[in-house]
Amino acid sequence: MLEVREVDVFYGDLQALWGVSLTINQGEIVVLVGPNGAGKSTLLRTIVGLHRPAAGSVLLDGQPIHTIPAYQIVARGIVLVPEGRRLFGSMSVLENLEVGAFTARARHEKNKTLQRVFETFPILAERKHQIAATMSGGQQQMLAIGRALMGLPRLLLFDEPSLGLAPIVVENIFDVVQAVNQSGVTVLLVEQNVHAALELAHRAYIVEQGRVVGQGTGSELLTDANVRQAYLGYSPEAAAQ
Amino acid sequence: MSLATIAQTLVFGVFVGSIYGIAALGLGLVFGVMRVLNVAHGELLMIGGYVSFWLFQLVGLDPLVSLLILGPVMFVLGTVLHKLLYTHVVRQGTESKIKNSLLISFGLILILQQTAILLWTGDERTVQTAYTGRTLALAGIVLPYTRMANLGIGLLAVIALHLFLHRTYFGKAIRATAEDWEAATLAGIDVQRVYLVTFAIGTALAGVAGALVTMGYGVTPTIGLPWTLKALVVVVLAGTGSIMGAFPAGLLLGMAEAGSALVIGAEYGQVVGLVIFLLVLLVRPQGLFGKGGLRSA
Repeated sequence: MLEVREVDVFYGDLQALWGVSLTINQGEIVVLVGPNGAGKSTLLRTIVGLHRPAAGSVLLDGQPIHTIPAYQIVARGIVLVPEGRRLFGSMSVLENLEVGAFTARARHEKNKTLQRVFETFPILAERKHQIAATMSGGQQQMLAIGRALMGLPRLLLFDEPSLGLAPIVVENIFDVVQAVNQSGVTVLLVEQNVHAALELAHRAYIVEQGRVVGQGTGSELLTDANVRQAYLGYSPEAAAQ
Repeated sequence: MSLATIAQTLVFGVFVGSIYGIAALGLGLVFGVMRVLNVAHGELLMIGGYVSFWLFQLVGLDPLVSLLILGPVMFVLGTVLHKLLYTHVVRQGTESKIKNSLLISFGLILILQQTAILLWTGDERTVQTAYTGRTLALAGIVLPYTRMANLGIGLLAVIALHLFLHRTYFGKAIRATAEDWEAATLAGIDVQRVYLVTFAIGTALAGVAGALVTMGYGVTPTIGLPWTLKALVVVVLAGTGSIMGAFPAGLLLGMAEAGSALVIGAEYGQVVGLVIFLLVLLVRPQGLFGKGGLRSA
């Protein structure tokens, strides 16, 4: 469905991604694992058109999308739930959702989608007239996901959806990611909560220092010694004892 | 000092303030959404004033009726100016955007002013309608028709803008872009188009303010800068995060100036406005109607 081919991305003179390639198949949950500053967010932002690759290409169903403006990529069905939620804080819950359905295609289906989003997140229906900035962190994350769903994504990208949330809410977010995937939306997930993310993942890529350095299925990586040591907090010495 | 004098003064303050309010509404809208300070806003107001004057002079259109033509004309002028001058600037980072837009709009001031002098000379032009100078007396307070029209048009413009920003899809897109252009892009909004329309609306509002200025005071090629400054004071009073707050802030400034003219003398009216401006910056830097802190990120 989505193919990233040999992509180089720069921030000014600084190169953030070096020949990154990855593939996402229809219906999958793909997870990106890696330390802070490895370029995971940059990769997501490149896919949705907020960064332009200096080399390489991004293909959706075989069509290049790295040359079209970001707002048109949304219309093609790729939507990002950005890090830090980035809600329209002074607007109401309902207005945030409405703006999420801005593209012609999404606007056409707006009422139906709104119904579905309210079924998934009853709290948003309850609080639809509340100002977004006054909601709790977990509720704001629900709204951010709801807003993205309003854009009718075929591929939904999540950038650190559990960051800064209470553990019980985090669990909830992972359930939502899974539910979204089961409703037929392909998912690309960047998550610092590596263990939970890999349990959810069909496949995962390891990104370090702007390069893809490994990949495998979720369960393969969960049992991989290097991954366990680097990201899951197991040390070989402790295991040996 | 009689009660009637005080009431009369404040009423005139409200009338003047309604023009401040519309002038500031356009400037504040453009700044709030695009983060571009258009110091040529007063010159756009001046152009609007001349359009209104010539429509009256040549075609005989009443300045209130001709607003229906003036608005669209200024809207188109705004789109042209934006395409020519600002399209490239608004893509830049915050800091260079502010700097470059200042440079561009300072240049625009010179061009518009000199063009106006060349075309229309430095003479003051006024519009004398059948009702100019006619007044309505209400409980001992004199209400000139033209000034009441100022207030009426001002209120209409504010209500129309409010409805547009809150009830239409594109208006919501404008507000979303003002808050976070990147998140707006991620929702599928073409922010370049939002900027274009916003600038055009700002220009149209400047034009409407110009027509009212011409009707009430007269227009010359050099009235621009004082109006830009006045609008800027009002925008800061309202709080740069509060687009709609500009109108009540304008009314407030108008009343404060008029009231102080009564108490400490007309020559200090301007000073009092600026003192209030400084006080607000000191005590409540987010502005009277700003939400403070929420949008600082």
